[in-house]
Amino acid sequence: MRIAHEIVERNEEPESLFLVAIPNGGVPLARILAANLRDVADVDVAVGVLDTTLYRDDLMISGERPALRHTEMPSAVDDRCVVLVDDVVKTGRTIRAAMDALMDFGRPRAVQVVGLIDRGHRELPIKLDYVGKNVPTRTGENVRLCGANGVLEPPFEVVLVAEGVAA
Amino acid sequence: MKHRDLLGMEDLERADIERILETANHMREVGERDVKKVPTLRGRTVVNLFFEASTRTRASFEIAGKRLSADVVNFSPSSSSLKKSESILDTARTLDAMDPDCVIVRHSVAGVPKCIADVLSAPVINAGDGAHEHPTQALLDMLTVQQEKGRIDGLTVTIVGDIAHSRVARSNIYGFRRMGAEVRVAAPPTMIPADVETLGVKAYTSLREALEGADVVMALRIQNERLVGSWFPSVREYSATFGLDRARLRFAKDDAIVMHPGPVNRGVELSHELTDDRSSVILDQVRNGVAIRMAVLYLFAGRQRGRAAAEETRP
Repeated sequence: MRIAHEIVERNEEPESLFLVAIPNGGVPLARILAANLRDVADVDVAVGVLDTTLYRDDLMISGERPALRHTEMPSAVDDRCVVLVDDVVKTGRTIRAAMDALMDFGRPRAVQVVGLIDRGHRELPIKLDYVGKNVPTRTGENVRLCGANGVLEPPFEVVLVAEGVAA
Repeated sequence: MKHRDLLGMEDLERADIERILETANHMREVGERDVKKVPTLRGRTVVNLFFEASTRTRASFEIAGKRLSADVVNFSPSSSSLKKSESILDTARTLDAMDPDCVIVRHSVAGVPKCIADVLSAPVINAGDGAHEHPTQALLDMLTVQQEKGRIDGLTVTIVGDIAHSRVARSNIYGFRRMGAEVRVAAPPTMIPADVETLGVKAYTSLREALEGADVVMALRIQNERLVGSWFPSVREYSATFGLDRARLRFAKDDAIVMHPGPVNRGVELSHELTDDRSSVILDQVRNGVAIRMAVLYLFAGRQRGRAAAEETRP
């Protein structure tokens, strides 16, 4: 809800916003954000899903190829203000891949990034525009988002898990 | 993927097939974009090594490679140099020295892709070898059926035509059987291999019986230039007994789809009207061919022998 307010404050034409979720974690968040934007600014914002797998920079390094995920871009990106939505941001490599993918769909007027959790450990010069919560972590730790009653919706609870522990 | 190479459907397990079909479903979306290109195989080289003439399959692989940003090189050695079997391997070794990341092989003799795979460090994709296998054709056929019917498991698939000489039939039999479909073959007795039922299919010499209750009807191309006189009396005779038209399709289920690997001999395997009918998915097959080949390149290209060797036991 606070992020929705921030987005409306920063963007004078909320009707030109286009939320693009990065699967899998970004998808439910983008939907929640779209609902909040409707309450805050009375706009119906387009929501898309953009899989970044084919744009990853480590595909040929790892042995087995990762599974692809769904992409669905219901709206053109030209002249829109695209807001990328991801759940956990760490190295920034996924955001880099998402930006490259986005450029293949057109020429957005601006690109902004929402990260619900910022873990630090950035490896690329990428800064988030909207952060839900900064969660400093050590390498080797993983972050898991849990909603109340097993439903992924606010208020979220952030759980630190040691690497290798099954979700 | 358990194997480094894609030599035939016989080697694939159900999970492998599902993985390829799932990946291809996502690749189709790339083909629907304005900019139909992703950087996945940038800086990788894919070689089309086609010893046997082919326009459609080669173009399909070429487009697939280019949509993934690979550099695609077409290599078609003259047919005279293949008379000595060692020259094939020499060609392959020459190619290998240029460090390709994937080699697509088509040859008129069964087993050549396997021989080449044994000397190359790059993964090999079989694009058709003699009367043996044509795995990407079977995969694109399965993708088309899955799209049209929502599933493969439990369907009845009838393949009509020259089963004995068809790599398309063989690959489809392995693939559809592994995915849980019932497969029937229908042809004049001369074109049904004697041991075909060991592959788990039912053989029919009556088209009508073979079509009874079929969800999918797949006609194979009759190579009339090669077969007339030895395998059946005449093209007209074949078309009169095994050619498909709207009236005969009525024996199959009401919502049956008609497939053909192309190019169609109109009026022989399929009537004119049926080729252009609503039930015909022939052009969807072509479209899906690119998606399947993108998926196969994504999953196989760049998996060099050194890395894959641990996952796999090769002789």
